[in-house]
Amino acid sequence: MNWNFIIFSLVKLAVIVGVVQGLVAYSVLAERKISAWIQDRVGPNRTAPPFMKYVPVIGPFLTRLGMFQPLADGLKFLLKEDFTPAGVRKIYFWLAPALAVIPAMLTVAVIPFGSNLGAQKMVMADLNVGILYTFGIVSLGVYGIVLAGYAANSKYPFLGGIRSSAQMISYELSMGMSVIPVLMIVGNLNLSAIIGWQSTHGWLVFFSPLSFFIFLVASFAETNRLPFDLPEAETELVGGYHTEYSSMKFALFFLAEYSNMVSSAAMMVTLFFGGWTLPFWGLDQPATSLLLGVAHILVFMVKMLAFMVLFIWVRWMFPRFRYDQLMDLGWRRFLPLALFNILVTAIWMWLTAK
Amino acid sequence: MIVDRRPLTFWERLYLPAIIGGLKVTLKHAYSTLIQRKVVTMEYPEQKWTLPENYRGAPYLVKDQEGSTKCVSCQLCEFVCPPKAIRITPPGANGQKADRGNAEKMPKEFEINMLRCIYCGFCQEVCPEEAIFLLKDYSITSASREELVYNKEKLLALGGEHGGIQKWKHKLEEAKAQENFPVKV
Repeated sequence: MNWNFIIFSLVKLAVIVGVVQGLVAYSVLAERKISAWIQDRVGPNRTAPPFMKYVPVIGPFLTRLGMFQPLADGLKFLLKEDFTPAGVRKIYFWLAPALAVIPAMLTVAVIPFGSNLGAQKMVMADLNVGILYTFGIVSLGVYGIVLAGYAANSKYPFLGGIRSSAQMISYELSMGMSVIPVLMIVGNLNLSAIIGWQSTHGWLVFFSPLSFFIFLVASFAETNRLPFDLPEAETELVGGYHTEYSSMKFALFFLAEYSNMVSSAAMMVTLFFGGWTLPFWGLDQPATSLLLGVAHILVFMVKMLAFMVLFIWVRWMFPRFRYDQLMDLGWRRFLPLALFNILVTAIWMWLTAK
Repeated sequence: MIVDRRPLTFWERLYLPAIIGGLKVTLKHAYSTLIQRKVVTMEYPEQKWTLPENYRGAPYLVKDQEGSTKCVSCQLCEFVCPPKAIRITPPGANGQKADRGNAEKMPKEFEINMLRCIYCGFCQEVCPEEAIFLLKDYSITSASREELVYNKEKLLALGGEHGGIQKWKHKLEEAKAQENFPVKV
């Protein structure tokens, strides 16, 4: 038994889960703040623990930014009554939130979020089939939502669940197809190897911009974010698949949605924007010192946060697609486009091959 | 009516121009809120709305210039009040006399239930003595329902004095105005 490996893995696991949860909490805040700015409002600016008013300058500033709002939100969710409606199918009702959260958390495991700190590689599991693993896990996320819709035993959640399953299955295809050119160019499924390839050749977004575009749109659909948030269309379906949920079970669905956002942002950074590398300041090679290792993690975080902001920004800008438009876009536009992209990449590779 | 919809061009059907236009609009708004600090909302307890002149807030009883009760306990407001928020206890045959000269009596108790009041202003309109007015209070809060039934002392204290409102002078002006009402051409 290699105790060193086990201890370091556990530490990494704890840190990753902690960071992702923190990101989720604060991206909810970012969502509220950015929406406020876009709509000419101020956003959350009151919540603060009582001692904050004795802290000069920083206290009021952080309060104004709403930095303590996520704490209050989390506490509120924990303290609310966990209500189980009479008509629900109990087992599935309890199972669904867990099934939604677990895949969302699992996808982060294969993403290399830094080169190395000391002798430790900054990735939970350096799988040889990293991308396949991600797609496999992501498609499990549908079950949580479908089951939630089914368990609620009520028409609106059911419609939400149905919509979501159809939507996620159709966009998963284009998503998978869009990544294939990347795999063809790199010739490896390992995410660390993809980053390594990008550090020597340049970011893949310049080699395959169409792939990136399709992946971006598909990941909006996969995470049920706004232009495609049919499953939880408030105006039509009350709340969608989580209508009947309350308290922490409801919060778990939220958690899943935002964790999915985090992991798809991380995936995009890894696949198309060079992961933890930067082409200048010597940041493109695995770290030799502790400081460089930290710098790599920061680079990754900044890139990922940029994508998170994009996700949120787009949400407060677009009207929702109609359901048939959504399906039309998925099956009749993006799927052929992705296939065409594969073909073009293949021809290009064949022509340039020696 | 037939709307002439021209077919979208290829460029338009890509949705991209619309997407970029949308991004620009939202970015402009975020810029104006964040950098230029132009917000359309008001931060309530610190900033308050300036109420218009004819605003109808909570109804309170008012005193005259000498600080005596104007209400003569006629109970017209109690009668007209649509949600029955007003309850007046008259002084009775041997009750307290009015504290001013040209009135016979004043109410023994005058209660307005602020939870029932709908701020319609009928009481103000019907009052022959100009004793009740809808003032500009709008944030009426309390920890219990009982506290929100305002009694006579509280209503008089909140209403304050309304000097300058002289009923008989107004009546005279109104009468004169009615005499010349059908304007002769």
